Amino acid sequence: MTVTELVSYDEALATYDPVMGLEVHVELGTRTKMFCGCSTELGADANSQVCPTCLGLPGALPVVNASGVESAIRIGLALHCEIAEWCRFARKNYFYPDMPKNFQTSQYDEPIAFNGYLDVQLEDGEVFRVEIERAHMEEDTGKSTHVGGATGRIHGASHSLLDYNRAGIPLIEIVTKPIEGAGERAPEVAKAYVAELRELIKALGVSEARMEQGQMRCDVNLSLRPKGQKKFGTRSETKNVNSLRSVERAARFEVQRHAAVLSSGGTIVQETRHFHEEDGSTTSGRVKEEAEDYRYFPEPDLVPVAPSREWVEELRATLPEPPRERRNRLREEWGITEHEMQSVLNAGAVDLIVATIEAGADAASARKWWMGELARSANEAGVEPAALTITPADVARISALVAEGSLNDKLARQTIEGVLAGEGTPDEVVEKRGLAVVSDEGALGTAVDEAIAGNPAIADKIRGGKVAAAGALVGAVMKATRGQADAGRVKELILEKLGVEG
Amino acid sequence: MPGISREEVAHLAKLARLELKGEELDHFAGQLDDIIGAVAAVSDVADEDVPPTSHPLPLTNVMRPDEVRPSLTAQQALSGAPAQEQQRFKVPQILGEEA
Repeated sequence: MTVTELVSYDEALATYDPVMGLEVHVELGTRTKMFCGCSTELGADANSQVCPTCLGLPGALPVVNASGVESAIRIGLALHCEIAEWCRFARKNYFYPDMPKNFQTSQYDEPIAFNGYLDVQLEDGEVFRVEIERAHMEEDTGKSTHVGGATGRIHGASHSLLDYNRAGIPLIEIVTKPIEGAGERAPEVAKAYVAELRELIKALGVSEARMEQGQMRCDVNLSLRPKGQKKFGTRSETKNVNSLRSVERAARFEVQRHAAVLSSGGTIVQETRHFHEEDGSTTSGRVKEEAEDYRYFPEPDLVPVAPSREWVEELRATLPEPPRERRNRLREEWGITEHEMQSVLNAGAVDLIVATIEAGADAASARKWWMGELARSANEAGVEPAALTITPADVARISALVAEGSLNDKLARQTIEGVLAGEGTPDEVVEKRGLAVVSDEGALGTAVDEAIAGNPAIADKIRGGKVAAAGALVGAVMKATRGQADAGRVKELILEKLGVEG
Repeated sequence: MPGISREEVAHLAKLARLELKGEELDHFAGQLDDIIGAVAAVSDVADEDVPPTSHPLPLTNVMRPDEVRPSLTAQQALSGAPAQEQQRFKVPQILGEEA
């Protein structure tokens, strides 16, 4: 890897204005591939989900997946796009072993959706509108394994092995118009855009959009122009930037690299670049082929897609509440700050909290458990909170037990621990572990008497009016009851027995 | 005259990953030029009332439901492969290119 000289980010921004273009590929969650009936299920044996169509064998005829077209239209509508009255597929010709047909079936000058926008909200609440150029339908490629190289990389490999199970899985490519005017916030805007798009895709239910599994991948195109200049500079295309954090880092790195090249009198080469997760840098890939080198032409094996306006309107009626509006609504309903809402979003807990509230919990306790105990457990296990064995209904039940005084916080945590360990429902865990708060006034009274008798000096202080000293006796009682007492009630009893007003 | 130059044929050969000798380039440039000329003759008779078409039938919206149909077995899929390894298609070293 060649060491790239960088200038500082602030220095770069003092002289130059960044322009970005973001291309996001979303793998749809359809049951079958875009042009054939092969399953898209993950984890199958290599080359067990392929057929003559997706292998490009002679004579095979593709037929488009109706759900794939429907998802494309819904994504387009959710991005406020116009939907084409009539559009075709096109062949993008290139020779690379991951594409068995030697062309990718895509769309060229007739995308199904075009001219839209997505409003994204930055962490401080500022809203930035990202204009959408187009969203079009295409298909994924196969998966290569490079053999013989030191680290499974293409360089130094003796040969490569191809699994075509992924070849033909529906992809929607969403392309922004040039993003101008973001200035120093460009990397933040890039990250917020991809994050918002991911939320939108998930809300539409068209894909799980898991970036770590490659279900959503981002290319970051970036150029710099001297401040005040209208004409765009030459861009670089950083490919396959596959996490939100990486999108921000890649944009930032390219700003600094471009500025270094331009400031020293050099020129930017239009090329693809590879992003390196380890240090956030990018390195040169191949010099970009010109569009004409792909020799696009209309796909003769597929007929045009001409969605009727009735169908488009039916699909428009299925759109969910836009995620940003929903978040702002929930934030107000829950009475929390932008920053707290951002944490909930980052933790992947919005829908879980909503479901917990729907199951009867109040907003504060639902958020408290999902963002505290459960976020921690998920983090330790390295999974999304939604993957935990505990359900929103379980959490709502635990909240109810706390609210009615059957559990205190400590016991509630133990109950959660039990549910996570697979010991059953909250009620079963409470029963099996004997976790109910000691509410037997007799037993509690005895414990309080013992605490008073064992700590005469403290008892005297309280009698003398130092109510705050009661904490030490409460602690003693909690210890004696192994935490299974209602601390509030214990305090009341102590003060009562010592004849002090609380 | 539409035509195709020897340089364009060489460029296309490179895109198609074909290794052509000098005399082959000359040979194919001539042949392709003839073919393009013949096809271009169609444009001479097609007036503005004949729109370009990419499909012979006036069909739209031919779609299939999202239902899984049987795939080939891996053995069947690989049966025509010149080389295979680990139930995968084995291809030669990919030189000078990036994934």
